[in-house]
Amino acid sequence: MWSSRSHGWRIAALTTIGTAIVLPLVVFVLGPNMPPGKGTPVATSQVTDNTVLLVVMTPFTVFILVYLGYALTAFRAKPGEEGLDGAPLRGHFRSQVAWLVSTTAAVLFLAIFGTAELLADNGAGGGAGPNPVTKPGGSVLPVQVIGQQWQFTYRYPTFGGVETATLVLPVGRKIAFHVTSLDAIHSFWAYELGVKADANPGVDNIAYVETKKISTFHVRCAELCGLWHGYMSDTGHVVSGADFASWIAARKRQFAPVMKYLPKYAPSYNPDPTFRAG
Amino acid sequence: MRGAIYPAGVPKKVAILATGVALVGVLIGLYVTLLATGPAPYTPPAAQAAGGRSVNLTLQTVAAVGKLAPNENWVSYLVREHGTWHRSTVWTLPANTLVHVTIYNFDGKSGLRNPFLGQARGLVGGAFAINGKPTSVIAPDDASHTFAIPGLGVIVPIMGVADDAPHQCDDAPCPMETAHETITFTFRTGKAGHYRWQCFVPCAAGFVYGFGGPMQTVGYMDGYVDVV
Amino acid sequence: MSRRRLVEFNLLTGVVLGIVGFYVGWWLGHLVKAPSLDYFDDTGQNDIALFVAYFTGVVGFLVGLGFANYPVQRMLGKPPSLREKETEGIGRYFGLCTDHKVVGIQYLIGIGAFIFIGGLNAMLIRFELLRPTHLAWNGNNYLTLVGLHGTMMMGMMTSGILGPFANYFVPLMIGARRMAFPRIEALTFWLLMAAGTILMTALAFGGFPTGWTGYAPLSVQANMGMDAYIAFFALVGLSMTLLGLNMLATVITMRAPGLSWSRLPIFVWGTVSTSVLMLLAAPVLISTLFMLALDRTAQTGFFNDQAGGSPYLYENLFWIFGHPEVYILALPGMGIVLELLPVFARKPLWGYRLAVTGLLGITLLSFLVWQHHLFVSGINADLRPFYMLSTELISLPTGFIFVCALGTLWAGRIRLTVPMLFALAWLFNFLVGGLSGVFLSDVPSDVTTHGSFFSMAHFHYTIMGGLVFAFFGAVYYWLPKMTGFELDERLGKVHFWVMFVAFNSTFGPLLVIGFLGMPRRVVTYAGYLQGANVWVSVSAFVLGASMLVFVANLIWSQVFARVPAGANPWGSKSIEFQLPSPVPVHDFDRIPTFGPDPYPYGGIEDAGFDGTRPAVSPARPTP
Repeated sequence: MWSSRSHGWRIAALTTIGTAIVLPLVVFVLGPNMPPGKGTPVATSQVTDNTVLLVVMTPFTVFILVYLGYALTAFRAKPGEEGLDGAPLRGHFRSQVAWLVSTTAAVLFLAIFGTAELLADNGAGGGAGPNPVTKPGGSVLPVQVIGQQWQFTYRYPTFGGVETATLVLPVGRKIAFHVTSLDAIHSFWAYELGVKADANPGVDNIAYVETKKISTFHVRCAELCGLWHGYMSDTGHVVSGADFASWIAARKRQFAPVMKYLPKYAPSYNPDPTFRAG
Repeated sequence: MRGAIYPAGVPKKVAILATGVALVGVLIGLYVTLLATGPAPYTPPAAQAAGGRSVNLTLQTVAAVGKLAPNENWVSYLVREHGTWHRSTVWTLPANTLVHVTIYNFDGKSGLRNPFLGQARGLVGGAFAINGKPTSVIAPDDASHTFAIPGLGVIVPIMGVADDAPHQCDDAPCPMETAHETITFTFRTGKAGHYRWQCFVPCAAGFVYGFGGPMQTVGYMDGYVDVV
Repeated sequence: MSRRRLVEFNLLTGVVLGIVGFYVGWWLGHLVKAPSLDYFDDTGQNDIALFVAYFTGVVGFLVGLGFANYPVQRMLGKPPSLREKETEGIGRYFGLCTDHKVVGIQYLIGIGAFIFIGGLNAMLIRFELLRPTHLAWNGNNYLTLVGLHGTMMMGMMTSGILGPFANYFVPLMIGARRMAFPRIEALTFWLLMAAGTILMTALAFGGFPTGWTGYAPLSVQANMGMDAYIAFFALVGLSMTLLGLNMLATVITMRAPGLSWSRLPIFVWGTVSTSVLMLLAAPVLISTLFMLALDRTAQTGFFNDQAGGSPYLYENLFWIFGHPEVYILALPGMGIVLELLPVFARKPLWGYRLAVTGLLGITLLSFLVWQHHLFVSGINADLRPFYMLSTELISLPTGFIFVCALGTLWAGRIRLTVPMLFALAWLFNFLVGGLSGVFLSDVPSDVTTHGSFFSMAHFHYTIMGGLVFAFFGAVYYWLPKMTGFELDERLGKVHFWVMFVAFNSTFGPLLVIGFLGMPRRVVTYAGYLQGANVWVSVSAFVLGASMLVFVANLIWSQVFARVPAGANPWGSKSIEFQLPSPVPVHDFDRIPTFGPDPYPYGGIEDAGFDGTRPAVSPARPTP
C-alpha cells in the first residue's frame, strides 16, 4: 500500500502526461476540424472559440478521467477486504481550495474571452436584435430573411426591394441579415456562414457576417415551427460580384409582375389575419 | 405477511405475466398502427401525350370537406380517380415526367400572408391558366390557396371564387355546376425523391394567422409527393 | 381497521368518476357562448369544452379516489373515517393511501409506466430517423411523438427520484414517521397519474406540434392536442409545487432529536434544494400555461405581437421555469450519487460542507441563467455577456459536487456493486454533459450549437446520463429495502453495461451530428448524415432493450426468485438500513436520536457490518 502522497504524485504525473499528449491533438487535429468550418471570418472565429473551449477543458477532463481510472484500480476492495472500511477522511482544505481556484480561473477566463469574441465579431454571427451593440463599419449589404410556415424568402432592400426564394450573396461584402417572421418563431441558420438568428414575428433581428470566398452553404430552420419544420431547408450561394449583379438583375426581371403587390420594405410586417376569429 | 400479496403459485404467476406481456404487446401494436395511419396514397394513371409520357392529376379544393374526413369544417384538397372524388393528399408521381394538373377551386378568397407567393414559379412554360387564360401572378387578396412543392421549386397561386358568385358549393365533393375557378398548369417532376406539398395561403379559418388545423395536418392542405 | 361501507373508494371508482367528470365537463363547456368564440364553427374545435372537461375529469378522479372524504366529513362535523390509513393488503396500493412508503412504491410503478411510454416514443422517433426522408409516421404524428416523448419525460422525471425515493426515505432519514402533509403527499402522486393520462389523450385531439417547450405563437395555432399539453404540464406543476412544499415542511419541522442541518444525509440536502426549486419555479409554469390557455380560448393576446403581446414573453416565462426545471432533474441525481459513493467506497462523504454549498449554489444560480436559451433570439443582446457569465458560473458549484465525489473515492475500499456502477457512470456521463454545456453557454459557440442535435445530446447526457443513471442506482440500492427481496446482481450488471455502452453510443455521435449541422426535432436531414443516424438509431434500440433487461430483472427477482434481502444487504450505515426489510408500517419502534456523523465509515466502533449489529435497533450509535 502506497502512502496517499505517492498516490497524489502518480495522479499528477499521469494527468500531466495525459494533458501533454491530448493537448496537441486538440489544438492541431481536433481544433481545425471544429464546426462550423472556415467559410467566413465569423465562422473562423467560432472555430477558434470552440478550440479555446476544448483547450481549457482538456486538463480538467484528463484529470477527472485519470483520477477515476486510478481510483478504480488502486482503491478497489481487494479479496479479503470485504468487511473493511476505507480511511475516514472528511476533506482536505488545500485540495479543495486548489480546485476552487482553478475552476474559478477557467470560468472567468471563458466568460471574458467569450465576451471579447462577441464584441469583436459584432455579435459573432448570432441574432443581436434590432439594435446591435456593435456594428461593422463601412458599407453593409442588407438582406432581409422572412420566415413563414414553411419557407424562407429573401428581400434585397437596396435592389428595389426585390424578393426571391433563393439566397445569393456577393463575395467579399459585409452582410446584415434582417431576420423576421410572418407567423410562428423560426430560426435562420446558415451553417457554413456561422449565422443563426431567430425569426420572431414583429421583430427585426440583425446578424452580421462578411463573405470571404465563393461557396455554397446550407440554410435550415433551427426552431420548431410546425408541421413542415423538418423540410424547411434550402441552399444558398456566395458568388462573385459580377455574378451577383447579373443574378439580381435576372430576379428583378423574373419577379417584376409581383413587385406591385409586395408591401413596402419594412423591418417587419403585419399581414392579416392576426386572431383566431375570422 | 408480505407473501400474502402474491398468493398465486408459479404457474398462476406465469399465466398472469404472459397475459400482461400479451396485453402490452397488443397496446403497442395498436399505438404504432395509429401513428402510421394517414390518408390513403393515390397514383394518377399514366397518359400518353405528344411530348412523351405524362400523367394527369385532377384536384378540387373545397371550403369544408364534410363527411369525407374526420374534421368536417376544414378546407381540403380532393383527388379525382375514375370520375369520383376521394380525399388523398399523398401522391405518387413518376420521375422526369410532365404532370398536367387541373384544379377546380370551389373555395372563396382568403389572401396571402406573403404576396410574393402570388407569382407562379417552376412551371413548364412559366405560366398557368385561370379558366383557360394564361396568368403569371394574382393579387394577394384574390388567392384562395396555393399549390406548392417547395422541394421541386413549384408554386401556383389559386384564384378564389368571388363572394357574390351564384351557386356557391355547399357540400363536398362539389359538383361542377357550382361556382368554381379552373386552374391548369404543367410541371416536370425531375429526379426521384420524397417531397412535401403544402398550401401557403392562411386558409384555416379560426386559427391564429390562419395557420393551424387543416394547414398543419396531413390530409387537408398538406401532403406528400413521392417521386419514383 | 376500517369500517365496511357500501362503496369503496379506490382506483376503479376514481377512473369511473374521472370519465364521468370528463363528459360532464365536455357538455358544460359546450354551453359557453360568446361572439368572440365564433371560431368554434370554423374549426370544429371547442378548446373551452376540452379544458373544462379536463378540469372536471381530474376533480372526478380525485373524488373517486376518496380525496373529498376527509374534508367533507370534517365540514359535516362527523368523525373522519380514515380508510386512507389502511395498513395491510395489496388494495392500499390501488387507492388513496397516506403511508409514505406506499406512496413511494406507487410513484415507482406509476411513473415507471409513463416513462416506459416516453421511452417507447423515443424508439419510434429513432425509427423514423433511419431514413433521411419521411419513413413511417404520418407528419403530424411524428411531431406529436417528439412532443410526447419530451413532455412526458420532462414532466414525469421531475418527480422521478423525489417521488419514489424521497417520499419513502426522507422521513426515515430524518427520523420521522410520516411526511408533514400525508394527504398532500398522496395527492401529488395521483395528480401525476391524471396528468400522464391527459397527455396521452393528445393523440385523440390531433396531437401537438411544439415539442416540450410549447413556444407561442405555434402553440396558440395548434390543434386541440395542445390543450392536453397545457393541462398535463399545469397538473405536473401543481404536483411539483405541492411536493416541494411538503418536502420542505417535513425536513424543516420534523427532524428527530440530534439531527441538525449539518448532520443531514446528503440525499436529504439534494431533496431540500430540489424542493426549493420546485416550490419557486413550478408556479411560474402554471401561470404561463394559464396565459397560454387564455390565448387559445378567450382570445387574449399575451403572446400575439400584433395584439400587443410578445412571443418573447412566453419564451422568457417558460425558461424562468424551464431552467430551474433542468436542475430539478439534475440535483436529486447528485444527491443520490453522493449518498451512494460513501456506502460503496466505505468512506465518509468527502467535503460534506462543500457538497452542500454546491447543491445550494446550483439552486441559487439556476434562477439567473434562463436567457442562455435565447442567445440568438434577438432579445436583450446586450445582456448576453451577463448570462454567459452566470451560466458558466454554474460549473463552479457543479465542480464542488464532482470534487466531493472524487474525494470520497480517495483511499477507499471500492466495491463495484450494481448501484456503485450506476453512480460511477453518472460521474462520466455528467462530465460529458457538463463539458458539452460549456459550448452552449459560450455565445459564439452557441451560434452553431443552439437548437441543434448537439444541444439535444447535451441535455440527454445530463438528464438521461445523469438523472436516469442515478435513478437506476437508487433502484438497485433501495428496492431490496422497499420490497424485502434482492434484485438479481448478474442481470443488474448486464443491464448496467448494455445501458452504459448503448447510451454513450447513442448520444456521443449525436453531439457530433449536431456539430455537423443537424437541427433538433426534424424529420428530414442531409443524406450524408444517414450513416451516423442509423448508428445512433441502432444504439438507441439497444438502449431500449437494456430497459427490458431491467424489467425482466424486476419481475424475475421480485415475483419469482424472491430471495430475502435481509436488513442491510449493502452494509450501509444510513439509518434506513438499520430497520427491517421491508420497513414496517410504523417505521420506528421509537423515534431515534442522531449522532453528529451521517457517514460513520471507518470509525472504530463500526469496523464490522453486514448483520454483525442487531438490525432491529433503529437508532444510530450516539458518540
